[in-house]
Amino acid sequence: MKFTIVLHAAPYTSQASLSALRFAQASLAAGHEIVRVFFYYDGVHNTNEFSAAPQDELDLVEAWSTLLQEHGIDAVTCVSSSIKRGIIDTREARRHDRQGHNLRAPAVLSGLGQLVDASLASDRTISFGA
Amino acid sequence: MDTAPVQKQFTFLARRSPYGSGHARAMLDMVLATAVFDQKVTLIFLDDGVLQLQRNQAAAGIGAKDLGAALGVLPLYDIQQIFVDGQSLQLRGMSPQELAIPATVCDSARISQLLHESDVVFTL
Repeated sequence: MKFTIVLHAAPYTSQASLSALRFAQASLAAGHEIVRVFFYYDGVHNTNEFSAAPQDELDLVEAWSTLLQEHGIDAVTCVSSSIKRGIIDTREARRHDRQGHNLRAPAVLSGLGQLVDASLASDRTISFGA
Repeated sequence: MDTAPVQKQFTFLARRSPYGSGHARAMLDMVLATAVFDQKVTLIFLDDGVLQLQRNQAAAGIGAKDLGAALGVLPLYDIQQIFVDGQSLQLRGMSPQELAIPATVCDSARISQLLHESDVVFTL
């Protein structure tokens, strides 16, 4: 099956991020395809490169980035959710005159149209943290 | 290669109160974006979500934007499938005649049916 995964919740605040990550890992292990992971609302914090976990805790931002990269999964961080939460790429840093940028690759900033588009291309759209 | 369908039935369940968190507004953004992409959109208000339909919200008092007024744009996006759970209204002492926007009052059986007819369901 083809899945789109939507993550609405921040890492560490709730179980949602880890649940979504484990669902993604299990789906891939079972031979399913992930069309896109869409980070929305507080979920954009899962793509904050400036986040650093304590050594004895799972680094969720790192884990997401690794999973997405290893499997070549398309990942979109919602641009309207992310800018106001301080997750920006180089282009937005320039536009808003900010000193740093912190969007964790391979996620890219884009709009909700990418969620609609992915849902059209998927058999199921699964939300976490709603 | 099979091609993706160009249109699906997207259903949104509004279950949160309009203020106190950004969930309701973030979901409205999802609803509007989905409509912009020419999809079939159904919006269902239930549980505390019916409070989003309260008339004359005075959001400025808490430094927020009026969500009830924002819902007024739904017809402009050609979103006409708007339902509200009758029991949720009743439990909160709200009358179907006094809503910020027109919505079809329905029961849980109808909501269940609407969900069955959906390709994609979102709530936030």
